[in-house]
Amino acid sequence: MPLVTSPESGATTSAVPRRSTPVRVRGRRHHVHLAPYLFVAPAVVLFVVFMLVPIVYAIWLSFQTYHLVGGGILGHREQVFAGFENYGSVLADPNLIAGFGRLGIYGLIAVPLNLGLALLFALLLDAPASRAKRFSRTAIFVPYAVPGVVAALLWGFMYLPGTSPFSYITQSLGWGDIPFLENPGIFGSLANIAIWGVVGFNMIIIYTSLRGIPSEMYEAARLDGANELQIALRVKIPLATPALVLTAIFSLIGTLQVYGEPTTLKPMTNVISQSWVPLMMIYRDAFLTDNLPSAAALSVVLALGTVVVSAIVLLLANRRNSGGVA
Amino acid sequence: MSAIATRTGPRKKADRGKVLPTVVLLIGAIYCLIPVAWVFVASTKSRSQLFTTFTFTPGDGLVDNLRSLFTYGGGQFGLWALNSVIYAGLGAVLSTFVSTMAGYALAKYEFKGRSVIFYSILGGVLIPGITLAIPQYLLLSQVGLAGGYLSVLLPVIISPFGIYLSRVYAAAAIPSDTLEAARIDGANEWRIFRTISVPLMVPGMVTVFMLQFVGIWNNFLLPFVMLSDQNNYPLTVGLYTLLAKGSGSPALYSLAITGAAVSIIPLIILMLFLQRFWRLDLISGGLKG
Repeated sequence: MPLVTSPESGATTSAVPRRSTPVRVRGRRHHVHLAPYLFVAPAVVLFVVFMLVPIVYAIWLSFQTYHLVGGGILGHREQVFAGFENYGSVLADPNLIAGFGRLGIYGLIAVPLNLGLALLFALLLDAPASRAKRFSRTAIFVPYAVPGVVAALLWGFMYLPGTSPFSYITQSLGWGDIPFLENPGIFGSLANIAIWGVVGFNMIIIYTSLRGIPSEMYEAARLDGANELQIALRVKIPLATPALVLTAIFSLIGTLQVYGEPTTLKPMTNVISQSWVPLMMIYRDAFLTDNLPSAAALSVVLALGTVVVSAIVLLLANRRNSGGVA
Repeated sequence: MSAIATRTGPRKKADRGKVLPTVVLLIGAIYCLIPVAWVFVASTKSRSQLFTTFTFTPGDGLVDNLRSLFTYGGGQFGLWALNSVIYAGLGAVLSTFVSTMAGYALAKYEFKGRSVIFYSILGGVLIPGITLAIPQYLLLSQVGLAGGYLSVLLPVIISPFGIYLSRVYAAAAIPSDTLEAARIDGANEWRIFRTISVPLMVPGMVTVFMLQFVGIWNNFLLPFVMLSDQNNYPLTVGLYTLLAKGSGSPALYSLAITGAAVSIIPLIILMLFLQRFWRLDLISGGLKG
């Protein structure tokens, strides 16, 4: 993480001879002190109201539970403190473990392919030999403008036997439909939607960081007799590590948060259940079965998981890179 | 003969060195364009053609499809598009404004609590925005805002990533000496921000605006959680409901496909247009710092 050092006002101002009276100087200095707080105030207020308070509220809610008081028509639900009960039941839920398992399979396909393809395209864009760069760069970036839900809808029709061009080909060859929307094909199908949507964005991030490498680095390597492939592997990839780490974190967070794509494909197939991934389970608990404390506990678990995963990636990257770029 | 052979030999090799990277790039480009091409072709098909003709054969139902799309539910599609423009446009403008001010202050002033504020907000990058949606919904419904425009608009204004990018950009683009000189000339801090800092930060602001615009436009879960009145839906949630209902009636499949085609045109145009203005190197440069 960069720590921007900005030697600030105090020292420099006082060193300059001043014409104004001490009273006015104090007034202005007071202004300088107040200004940064006014500038950050809107962000801080919004941060507190829309991030901090909801997080605290979710944590508080995760320690509550409902108890039925009384019976019959007069009975009502009362919210009481539950300790770690919700966490216990959420973590012991075989559905959740299965959900994380599915998320794991999906992530193992989506994240490496996403980063690998983004890196490959970025290196090819940066390679002197490639042609049609502008067209390819724009075309690969286009899906970023397509909302995830719409992307899932498009691919859903590309998968659906009745409309799929791929299944059309295999059908005419007499091989039948491609089982895009069955198990286990569904994992690859969903991962493909995610890759399609963000590979261009990741490619641009990596590409711009490759463009930032001074060309003397390449010339030195060329003088040593390295070919383009060796330069890519030994010079470009190590120097693009910060961008790769960033895209890795983005895709990991994206994986943990996958929701819109399976939800959109759900009407087209019967292999995606109401609780297929953790976020779908949170939604079900909160809005379909009306079990808010359970949804809150699950949200907290997922948020902690995201923080831990991101921290691990950053730590690994820093260790591998110690003394290097980062 | 042999002279030609020796001459074409190395040239062929050099050509192959050029051809392979280009072919791989073009395959990537085709992969990315196929679904987009498909949705435009499919939007020209009538309901019966959709499931019967080869997928890339255009049909003759475009006009009918557009008519039924824009008359569906008394013109709901147009309303959804308008809502998306409002949520994404207004949300991104406000978010850019808030992020720029905060990023500028965090980069260019020393003040008590600066690190605490910066790292707290930065931590927000790691909290899944989606995990926040449910508590946000519960809190907003207690103050009676859930279901309305504000419930989708307000939570997206705070963007930890936008603030982070603005800070990185402000630190790199605004020389402290210039600010100091303006201060000595007696300009107040707001005036310095407006007349010196904002113009220098414009490329960074465009980047933050674009990222936020696309992010809000593509957002599904927050409006899905917050809204219940179909007239307040953005395009993403509206198209989803068409598709979800469509599993019962294929007529809605046609609508969803045509709607998807129409809805991605403006965003692709906007992105192609703004592509040259935004500074995505900011994002990767940020970690290098």
